[in-house]
Amino acid sequence: MPANFVTRFASLLLCLLGTAAWAQGQGQGQGLSSDVPTIVINTGTAAALPITVVPFAFEAAGAPSETDVSDVVRMDLARSGKFKALDKKDVVEFPSRGSDIKFPTWNLLKQAYIVVGRMTDADGGAMRVEFELYDVAKQERLLGLAITGQRSDLRGVGHQVADLIYEKITGVRGAFWTRIAYVTAAGVSPNINYALMVADSDGYNPQVLVRSREPLLSPSWSPDGKKLAYVSFERGDSAIYIQEIATGSRQVVSNKKGINGAPAFSPDGTKLALTLSYLGNPDIFIMDLGSRETKRITNHFSIDTEAQWMPDGQNLVFTSDRSGKPQLYQVSVNGGDATRLTFQGEYNAKASISYDGKQFAMAQGTGNVYRIAVLDRSKGSGTMSAISPGSVDESPSFAPNGSMLLYAATDGPRGVLYAVSADGRVRQRLVLADGDVREPSWGPFRQR
Amino acid sequence: MNTSLRLAIAAVLCVTAVGCAKKATKVAPPSNNDRTEQATTDRSTDSGAYTEASLNSDSCLRQRVIYFDLDKTEIKGEFQAQIACHSKFIRQFPNYHVTLEGNADERGSREYNLGLGERRGNAVQSALSSAGAPGTQLNVVSYGEERPTCKDHNEECWSKNRRVEIVYTKN
Repeated sequence: MPANFVTRFASLLLCLLGTAAWAQGQGQGQGLSSDVPTIVINTGTAAALPITVVPFAFEAAGAPSETDVSDVVRMDLARSGKFKALDKKDVVEFPSRGSDIKFPTWNLLKQAYIVVGRMTDADGGAMRVEFELYDVAKQERLLGLAITGQRSDLRGVGHQVADLIYEKITGVRGAFWTRIAYVTAAGVSPNINYALMVADSDGYNPQVLVRSREPLLSPSWSPDGKKLAYVSFERGDSAIYIQEIATGSRQVVSNKKGINGAPAFSPDGTKLALTLSYLGNPDIFIMDLGSRETKRITNHFSIDTEAQWMPDGQNLVFTSDRSGKPQLYQVSVNGGDATRLTFQGEYNAKASISYDGKQFAMAQGTGNVYRIAVLDRSKGSGTMSAISPGSVDESPSFAPNGSMLLYAATDGPRGVLYAVSADGRVRQRLVLADGDVREPSWGPFRQR
Repeated sequence: MNTSLRLAIAAVLCVTAVGCAKKATKVAPPSNNDRTEQATTDRSTDSGAYTEASLNSDSCLRQRVIYFDLDKTEIKGEFQAQIACHSKFIRQFPNYHVTLEGNADERGSREYNLGLGERRGNAVQSALSSAGAPGTQLNVVSYGEERPTCKDHNEECWSKNRRVEIVYTKN
């Protein structure tokens, strides 16, 4: 392995963000301060493609925007693990149009690709970001596009630019312009303030969706990205809520006796898989969200929970300890016998399934060490590989393009989130808040 | 656990929650719930009835936490006295309800740990019932790994979090 190189982007990340999560009304003096994520790239990878993103020229009227769109693009590409982005300080020339690029310079710097761009005024106070992607060796333009966005959403524009570049070069749709949900816990027991948060995929623009004095967990996105299902204890015992992100309006969809847990929207958004224990012990159920009727899928004296839908909508993968310790099983949405999926590792729980149904991420425990492991079933019966170092890692969540995952880990007594490339080679910590951060859930693709 | 918070939550729930018709008051747990002091005496089998005040004066009834081994739901012998004295009290005072709050340590997934906490709560409920406590006065709530009493990543800490707390509410 190459020597660990650690790049701190903190100095580039000084722009303050809109939402100061606990600023209003909490009065606890333990708020989620600044909300500025620090991204640390832990491991380099030799296979990463060298790319230069030249700072975009600001050709609009007035003061330059606080957000440098090219910074957003550069950091997105770097944290994907697929690219090695040239440090901003090492950029020696500043072309803003393809015709200005002196290719020998970038050849000398061993760059495979170069991105140039400029920001101009658009109607209604919006900004137009024009960018071009070139293959340095061939001196060939691969992309030349423009995206228009509000000045308040230039990070969103940057993520869309990064998605297009990523897709052009890798052939896989980019997932930078997506959102993540997670739960924060600030304060010391028993005076803990929980919050369900939604943020950009890189942790910027955090918004508080729900505040609670009682635990919140298991956020799950609707496939259209407009709603979240989650578990809250604010009624004293667990209950499942579905909340619209834009309006904040919400409904309790399940508050039976015992556990109401692990909600997961079906791929078509019409049903919710969930865990209920009112019949004696936790089993998997499917609720029709129109009629609110539930159908029992598993019926076993063990703990069955954490159902996830296979992309075909016809099968569920869930955690069960029917063989002793927790393992992953698959069952038809019509019920019937469950098939065991995992055989390596003492403890395998909380599956996240890639969009193509071939990769299964899970929390894998061996002894006292819990890591994120991925079971790849694209070839044969599957190979299992650990993609996180442990030792208290849990709650993996695939990006919608399967290229990266989020997971929860700990730093001392504190919960933190990491983003890791699906091959485990590039890992970054997202520092999202002062308190505990846990239960990450990567949202679906957004529609432009 | 913070007494005032619990009372406050109970009060808020009563004001706001739908279907909360009766006024119930959570009974403050004794200030010292440390496991090192538990089960030093066994007066639960003594003849004679408890009074309500026994809840905070009797050394057995003051013990309100039952700890579990890793991945286990069996109630260890050292807690049998606690089960017996609480069963006796519950049977004697039908106006007291007991919530058995099941908890797990941090390892593994949160939803699975909800199941594990419930399993432990159910084990205590069964033990109390077997010892004579009416099931109608008992209720299990699992918090999984959400309410740790300790946040270090070692067995000493985990062993304190694998527990069921016996919480009294007076109607």
